Parts: sequence; structure tokens; C-alpha cells
Amino acid sequence: MDVTTGWYLVLGALLFVIGGTGLLIRRNPLVMLMCVELMLNGVNLSLVAFAQRLDDIGGQTVVFFVLVVAAAEVVVGLGLVVAILRRRPDTTADDLSTLRG
Amino acid sequence: MVDALVFFIAAGVCLTGALGVILARNPVHSALMLVMTLFGIAVQFVAQEAHFLAAVQVIVYAGAIVVLFLFVIMLLGVDRAQDLELSILPGQRWAALVFGAGSLMVLGALLVVVGEPVTGAKSVGGSASTAENVRLLARSLFSDHVYAFELTSLLLVIAVIGAVVLARKPSQSEPPLVEERGEN
Repeated sequence: MDVTTGWYLVLGALLFVIGGTGLLIRRNPLVMLMCVELMLNGVNLSLVAFAQRLDDIGGQTVVFFVLVVAAAEVVVGLGLVVAILRRRPDTTADDLSTLRG
Repeated sequence: MVDALVFFIAAGVCLTGALGVILARNPVHSALMLVMTLFGIAVQFVAQEAHFLAAVQVIVYAGAIVVLFLFVIMLLGVDRAQDLELSILPGQRWAALVFGAGSLMVLGALLVVVGEPVTGAKSVGGSASTAENVRLLARSLFSDHVYAFELTSLLLVIAVIGAVVLARKPSQSEPPLVEERGEN
């Protein structure tokens, strides 16, 4: 039984769907950021699978950049979460409507 | 046969961890489940001969990003259980269910319709051959994508500055973040 590229794509798609569903059902901003990480990892898995299948190192290079962007995103996102939760400890994503006009 | 076994075990670890992230009531448990998923994905990377990315996945994701999550959870003391049932936005849960089911249906339809999902010509540029993964990746990164690489350093500097600005102690004269709505 050979592991084909399609299997990896299915696994990546499942991770993406799970992450997206979690992003919608969770209201804790920290857990929502973790769900974004899940979605990014699903996409990374697909990119590596394509790189392996098409014998092109470029896919792995893109994964490298996705890692860097994910790190930067987490740093800024957690900074925002700290700044908000320090003033209101019990806040959830639904309460952050202060930007509403 | 061994390949399939590795794939299924790692996929099970990934999916269990992913479901744990979105279903655990305690954010600390979510972060630990995220580590599980990340290790599973690192195993999948090794199985596809992306050795450098597997190492980076463990070092950067499990070693830095999840630790950052845990730091923030401990710093803020939000590590208590959260009620999953209490949703303020009406219909959000239904929207999530529709999104998940719809995505799965599209995925299944794609698998049924397209028997062989990957098409495209083989690359003539950089090959992803097995023995020289790190060297090939470095060559691609520092020749073809060198400007993007330099831009990521700029991005990281901006992220660090942003984190410092956001984590600063707010000055006293600053208005409070949350004002009562309905004043104006």
C-alpha cells in the first residue's frame, strides 16, 4: 500500500477544516490563535506534499516563509491579547466590539 | 507498508491533537494538544523527506510558539475552564457546523471526482531529491527568494517592535479601552 500525495492533501484539508471550525466555535482569543496555527499547518502539509510530488524545492521554501509569518503573527496577536486581557480579564472575542462606530 | 503505517499513526496523532485543540475547555490543554499536532506534522515532513522543515517545525513551533502561548496563558491567569455552550452571537454554532460540513463535502466530492488529484509538470529548477535537502533549500532560499528572505527579517523586526509597543504599561492619561456604549 503506497502512500500517495492525495493522502497528505486529505490530511492537510482535514486539519484546515478542523482549525476553521474551531475558529468559529471558540471565543477565547488565545484558542482562536491556536486554531489559526492549525489551519496554517494544514496548508504547510499540502505544500510539502506538492513539493515532494512535483520534485520542486520551491514548495518547501514557501513553507519556510509561512513559518516566519506565523511566528510574527503569533507575537503580535499575543501582544494584543495581553494588552486587552490585562484591562479586562474576562473578555472574549465577542466583547471586543469597541471599534464599532 | 511501513510508509502507510507511519502515515496513519502520524495522521491519527495530528487529528486527535487538532480535535483536542478545539474541544478542550482549558486553554492549557489546547496548547498541549497543539504540540501533539505539530509533532505529528513533523513526522509527516520526515516521511516526505523534508528533514530541515521537520526540525524547524519542532524547534520553532513546539519550542517557541507554543511556549509563547503557555507564557501568555500563565501570565494572564486565564487557565480555567471555559463554558463552550455560552455563545453570545446567535447562530454562530450553526455557522460553524455548516462551514465544517460544507468543507468536508467539498473535499469528499473533489476526491470522488478527481481520482488522481495532483497534476502538473515536474520541476526543472530545484529538485527536492533526498540526500541534499538542506543544501537545496538553502540554495533556493538565498538565490531565488533572497529578497523575500530579507523582507522576512524586516517583518520580524516590525513584529518585535509591535510586541514591545503593545506590552508597554499604559500611561495614566490614556483613556480606558472599554467605554460604555450608548453615550453618544
